[in-house]
Amino acid sequence: MTGFRAILERDLRLALRQGMDSVMVVMFFVIAVVLFPLGVGPEPNTLARIAPGVLWVAALLSVLLSLERLFHNDFEDGSLELMALSPPSLEIVVLAKVLAHWLVTGLPLIIAAPVLAILMNMPADGFALLILALLLGTPALSLIGAVGAALVLGSRRGGVLLALLILPLFIPVLIFGVGAVEAAIGGFPARAPLLLLGAIFAATLALCPWGAAAGLRQALE
Amino acid sequence: MLNYFANPRRFMKLSGILTPWMAGATLILAGAGLYLGLFASPADYQQGETVRIMYVHVPAAWMALFCYTGLAISAAVGLIWKHPVADVAARASAPIGACFTFLALFTGALWGKPMWGTWWVWDARLTSMLVLFFLYLGYMALNSAFDDPQRGTKASAILAMVGFVNVPIIKFSVDWWNTLHQPASILRMDGPTIHPDMLWPLFLMIGAATAYYLWVLMLRMRRELTEGRVRARRQIQAEEAGA
Amino acid sequence: MDAISKFLEMGGYAGYVWPSYLAVFGLLGVLLWLSRRGLKAAETDLAQLEGPDGKATRRQASPAADGAPDT
Repeated sequence: MTGFRAILERDLRLALRQGMDSVMVVMFFVIAVVLFPLGVGPEPNTLARIAPGVLWVAALLSVLLSLERLFHNDFEDGSLELMALSPPSLEIVVLAKVLAHWLVTGLPLIIAAPVLAILMNMPADGFALLILALLLGTPALSLIGAVGAALVLGSRRGGVLLALLILPLFIPVLIFGVGAVEAAIGGFPARAPLLLLGAIFAATLALCPWGAAAGLRQALE
Repeated sequence: MLNYFANPRRFMKLSGILTPWMAGATLILAGAGLYLGLFASPADYQQGETVRIMYVHVPAAWMALFCYTGLAISAAVGLIWKHPVADVAARASAPIGACFTFLALFTGALWGKPMWGTWWVWDARLTSMLVLFFLYLGYMALNSAFDDPQRGTKASAILAMVGFVNVPIIKFSVDWWNTLHQPASILRMDGPTIHPDMLWPLFLMIGAATAYYLWVLMLRMRRELTEGRVRARRQIQAEEAGA
Repeated sequence: MDAISKFLEMGGYAGYVWPSYLAVFGLLGVLLWLSRRGLKAAETDLAQLEGPDGKATRRQASPAADGAPDT
């Protein structure tokens, strides 16, 4: 547990000192969402209709954008190798780094989402569910993404490759996330999609650290 | 059993015997299936002659899933037991499966246009097939993305297993999504019940596709193992020349 | 002649039926051809390297160097 905390604190401190990660991700999220009214037209009803989907897709892409650097710097400067040799198992290391990544990128997205939802003219019924769904969904995205980030370490054209590998695996989170928000807006019970999102989160929490650690091990060989 | 085939030379010997048989099986099954499918089977009373697309579409869709299963199992065996021939089998399966997946989508579009009036619908099955196509492309891209081929093999093997776990989840989520957004149309996706005269050509064509997969799989595996030996031999020669 | 053209017409759906058959057999044929060509090229390379007495030289080479240990 001390190893977990040490890595978490180190990553958070690094992120705060270098500083721009959260800001960049949120900036990207905002700009990506703002492009949609410009592309689709400013008609309020149309925007309200597509708002949950647009917000989720933009959040998904923002997470993807930040994932490439999840292990990259530590891999390049060799500290990942030291972490692999140190007592906490690599799975714990992955979990700590993913949590740090989520705190730095996922949480700011969730804070920014309601503001963007207002810009997109989303009905107020969906706000609580949007935040709840993002709270369940974005950690799952970070966890799935960690597997992909570990696999592309040291490859040629890592960023584009990561998108190709990871985006298909994000589809279930996207579907249930949007489903929960749309259900709330439409006045239907959002229980089922939320439970499914929770199930995905639980499953990724159990399986992804293991997969990412396997990916890191073969990258460090 | 696994250990027995872990020896590439033994695999070369066995596949050398089996390859012509697979080639023969493919040609005979495809010939019989084509004859029955194109000449000796009736047109469907609802779908007319377009039902003949089924004889290539359904085998392609079936093989898309079959190849991915083969790929994931080979990748798992290669990763867990460090089985060299299984690694080669996984890598050799991917392009074949990707071709079948593409063909399933392409013939599906050609079947959909006259039947439903549109090339593409966001139906659960079509969408899952499209995602499967992306999984194949991702596997192949990751496999070739490293300077060290060993790393590509291992990384893509992990990806294949992650993808294999995910395929049912993606399928389920897409089904769920599809019932949520019922497309406003009169599509009948379940199709008519199949007449027995149509089952035979269908089975034959599925058999032909499976035999084709094994045939090309062996060709590709033999090719890769032979290339490995060529590389090893060149290295020996270079060392001898240097010494 | 009439029967053939009627068959080729496919009840008016020729534009859908034949392209799908063409695509399937074309693409699978190309894949088969590429795989065979690659195998032939590799086999020619290996035969050249091993020479006419390929068997003998292969025995001399250590199995480990063959990229495939025998055990």
